[in-house]
Amino acid sequence: MSALLQVRGLSRHYGQRVGCEDVSFDLHPGELLCVVGESGSGKSTLLNTVAAQLAPTAGSVRYRQRDGEWLELGTLSEADRRRLAREEWGFVTQNPRDGLRLNVSAGANVAERLMALGMRNYSQLRGIARSWLERVEIDASRIDDAPTGFSGGMQQRLQIARTLVTQPRLVFMDEPTAGLDVSVQARILDLLRRLVNELGLAAVMVTHDLAVARLLAARTMVMQGGRVVETGLTDQILDDPQHPYTQLLVSSVLTT
Amino acid sequence: MTSALMLELRDLSKSFQLHHQHGARLNVLRGLDLRLHAGECVVLSGPSGAGKSTLLRVIYANYRPTFGAVHVRHDDRWLDLAKATSHEVLDVRRRTLGYVSQFLRVIPRVPTLDIVAEPAVQMGASTENARQRASDLLHRLNVPERLWQLPPGTFSGGEQQRVNIARGLIVPRPVLLLDEPTASLDADNRAVVAELLAEARAAGSAVLGIFHDEDMRDRVATRLFPMQALEAA
Repeated sequence: MSALLQVRGLSRHYGQRVGCEDVSFDLHPGELLCVVGESGSGKSTLLNTVAAQLAPTAGSVRYRQRDGEWLELGTLSEADRRRLAREEWGFVTQNPRDGLRLNVSAGANVAERLMALGMRNYSQLRGIARSWLERVEIDASRIDDAPTGFSGGMQQRLQIARTLVTQPRLVFMDEPTAGLDVSVQARILDLLRRLVNELGLAAVMVTHDLAVARLLAARTMVMQGGRVVETGLTDQILDDPQHPYTQLLVSSVLTT
Repeated sequence: MTSALMLELRDLSKSFQLHHQHGARLNVLRGLDLRLHAGECVVLSGPSGAGKSTLLRVIYANYRPTFGAVHVRHDDRWLDLAKATSHEVLDVRRRTLGYVSQFLRVIPRVPTLDIVAEPAVQMGASTENARQRASDLLHRLNVPERLWQLPPGTFSGGEQQRVNIARGLIVPRPVLLLDEPTASLDADNRAVVAELLAEARAAGSAVLGIFHDEDMRDRVATRLFPMQALEAA
């Protein structure tokens, strides 16, 4: 099987400070890769650099687009990058308020990315928005309400609907369940797990929660100080960690 | 007997280096060789601490061997799991190598029937067909139908274990690794599991397992593979 995304020697520095350093990995279609590590380990910097939201200091990111052609992201024009983000990718932020438009209705939030792809038929847009709200377990009667009145968990589910409605091939997620109550978190994880399976998405997810990686990701990368210190199958990383830092991380998890 | 060789371990060693316990090193397996053929059921025997579970986990590539090779016949070629890429290991697990432990990993909010059906769906079966096969297995294993729509988090140990066995056996796999899958089952349900294993072997699966219960061991084993703890040896 051939990869969808190839990251090679990717670094991002902030002046003298290292964000991420010399990271390489492949992502295959239908695969969810988790990036774990503590705050400040460079996970989010890596995610944003791979997603072309930050310019790399060194290294390359190649993406195989829908028509099979490989694109070198570093050489793309801003317009092409925006087209990719609109047509083939999705991004789910930790704080749903960063990924939603708070002053328009829930339905408009879901429909907006479809409209950006050229869909104009109002009743069709509304129908799809309604079915996606149901899919993420938001009562369809809330379709005309602005998300400002939604709970944090509802806002996050709305952001997921807004992102996945265009059936992106590749989704970037930055701590999508952090800061939510555990019961809400379980619901969102279950939702993501089902949608990733149903839609055959490829995804890179940043999380500090090893249980999230265990539940969702076949493969995991462990980061410390901007570098990847260990990578492998998620169950290998969690059950037989090799690197001292991974051993520390795994042994620090509370079990109930 | 000329059944096909399915799994071959060569000079396999596993030790654990504990970096935060003053670099302590635990040697669990050393220089182990084992050959497993289609249709046989080899039972690992030996005291607790002999490394039986560790061996199964190394074969499943859940633990990474320190030295040696784990050759698995995958489709019609041989693959050394000790050197395989993550993507290759995942493909081997999906189609060739099954592993059933004594503990069910519960997924929040997912009903029992879907937990059992999932491996079949991942292999491309329709949801309907997968659920049908899941129901058949749950029936045979005497899991009451009223439980099928509930997530198994609150089930008894024996019920969870039967759900786990159903999940592990729903897709026929050429090599099956079983780590005490019947530890909390009563005699009737152990008999059902023995029957399911006999059917899997008759269909050509090679089975490598741990069964502490002597009655169960006598019933399923075609051969014993004795193991002993290294540090004591």
